[in-house]
Amino acid sequence: MSIDSRALFRLTLVRHTCGAVAAIAVLYVLTTTAGPYRDLQIAQAAYLTCAVAGLTVLTGLGGQISLGHGAFMAVGAYTAALLIIHQGWPLAAVLAAATGATALTGAVVGAVAARLEGPYLAGATLAFAIGLPGLANYEPLIDLLGGQNGLAVPPPVPPAGLGAAFPLERWQAWIACLGAVLTLFLLANLTRGRFGRTLRAGRDDEIAAALAGLRVARLRIVATVVSAACAGLAGGLLALVATLAAPGAFPLALSLQLIAAIIIGGLGSLAGAVWGALILVFVPTWASDAASTSGLSHNIASNLPLAIYGLVLIAVTLAFPRGLQGGLRDLGGALRRRLPPPRLPTNPPGGADEATTDDAGARPDDRGGAGGRGERVRR
Amino acid sequence: MTKALLEVRGLDVDYGAVRALRGVDLSVERGSVTAVLGANGAGKTTLLRALSGLLRPASGTIELDGRDLTRAAVERIVRLGVAHVPQSGGVITELTVAENLRLGGLWRGDRAALARRIDEMYALFPPLAERRSLPAATLSGGERQMLALARALTGSPRLLLVDEPSLGLAPRVVARLMAVLRRLCDEDGRTVLLVEQNARSALSIADRAIVLDLGAVVAAEPAATIAADDRLRHAYLGF
Repeated sequence: MSIDSRALFRLTLVRHTCGAVAAIAVLYVLTTTAGPYRDLQIAQAAYLTCAVAGLTVLTGLGGQISLGHGAFMAVGAYTAALLIIHQGWPLAAVLAAATGATALTGAVVGAVAARLEGPYLAGATLAFAIGLPGLANYEPLIDLLGGQNGLAVPPPVPPAGLGAAFPLERWQAWIACLGAVLTLFLLANLTRGRFGRTLRAGRDDEIAAALAGLRVARLRIVATVVSAACAGLAGGLLALVATLAAPGAFPLALSLQLIAAIIIGGLGSLAGAVWGALILVFVPTWASDAASTSGLSHNIASNLPLAIYGLVLIAVTLAFPRGLQGGLRDLGGALRRRLPPPRLPTNPPGGADEATTDDAGARPDDRGGAGGRGERVRR
Repeated sequence: MTKALLEVRGLDVDYGAVRALRGVDLSVERGSVTAVLGANGAGKTTLLRALSGLLRPASGTIELDGRDLTRAAVERIVRLGVAHVPQSGGVITELTVAENLRLGGLWRGDRAALARRIDEMYALFPPLAERRSLPAATLSGGERQMLALARALTGSPRLLLVDEPSLGLAPRVVARLMAVLRRLCDEDGRTVLLVEQNARSALSIADRAIVLDLGAVVAAEPAATIAADDRLRHAYLGF
């Protein structure tokens, strides 16, 4: 059985690697064909994917709510900005440091949060989200952190090998997308194994998990650290893409949007995190495009996008109570039941982009365990 | 007489201002089944929760094999060989049967031994083997109770605490579970502390029994003595 499970693990790893490679190929095609504006949006969706994926692991699998992930992103962004401005570190090192510094912050917050639950946890993380960006305006730190205006980050320079005319936006999109794919790949492998299993056990029944000998508090701290690290990477990427780290970029609304994204995408699903991030970026722009071309009076047109955005969120949660990924999974299940073998591809309907993100993400019910992988029940 | 596996002395447990257990003494012999009987609210579940570290006693001592557990953390108590099957099982419904079983022995860190242990559990509870890759949510009440028991056993505990395994189960299923508990003692030398509302079936397999009433021990006798004591049965056990 140990050989069996190891073979299975290898298979999972292979599958995730293929998914990651396919995602990179698709993103390469997308970014090279899209214009600078779209590239920038793709970059935004990519760094938000990192943060949303980290949050969905903490909240969806671990059951710990966090209203403070925007603040974690701020830690990452300021770390990256300071290192670029003062130390001139290479990109990869800057992003690694942003991830690491935020992971450390996550360890502190996690140690506090592991004692809290439900509304208390929400309150504590809310305080963190509101309080931390305020540090930038703290008198002794204004010189270092730039106060309300924040820190201007010199944009990353595309390597000379790509040619002098290589657009900056595409380079930013590549960096962000690579970060997102890497994050999803690591999280998919992490949550598919023992860590994900024990995390879900602690969420479902804390007492039973403790009685099974799991150190539930430590598990939650680790989950917070992992989740914060993802948000930190997202923040570092944001600093590179927006070329700015300022308190205004990390309002409470950002933290709430991240929560909205994991719910819309489907709690605990990494593929759902991609959906959520795409919605966060593309629905508001689509809504404002629609409003500005509608020929309505300026007053109405400028307020319409927010209303449309809200409506879309409401419609999605009504239509897919378990999130977009949950809805797609049900749809796929219904199709498979209707059409007997030869089996249809299990990819959800949609463009090539969506299909690969689904492969890179985790399907929590897709594990064989010790037995055959065929007999699984859809809940 | 060899020293008992579990020695509880003068155990007091409070829920806020309410004292749920007062001065409970209990000793559980190695390789025996001890039943804890009593009405609702007598403190049976509280006793188990205090033993496994879920509740912190106000005073008194708990010793397992001479080692003091009174203020130890849950995980440490588990690692010292005490497995607690909580009321209605505490099965993780989202994980598969196999994953639930692995959870119970995860802390041992020995993969090969754990796999062997899980195979033994499948042999002990054949219905679980058939459903090994299904989510535990699909199991019936009896199967969940089996899974909870099997999960506790994958850790190879020295002392098994079982809380009302008969709750909501058909008499035949209860009888089968009780037989398994008895066999664990006779064949594997495990020690069982069994909390039961259903006094008759618990006494049918127990070596000794204690009767709790309003948080205090009112009787601690061999099971046969308690079963034969009409006064005790009428007053506290309702049969």
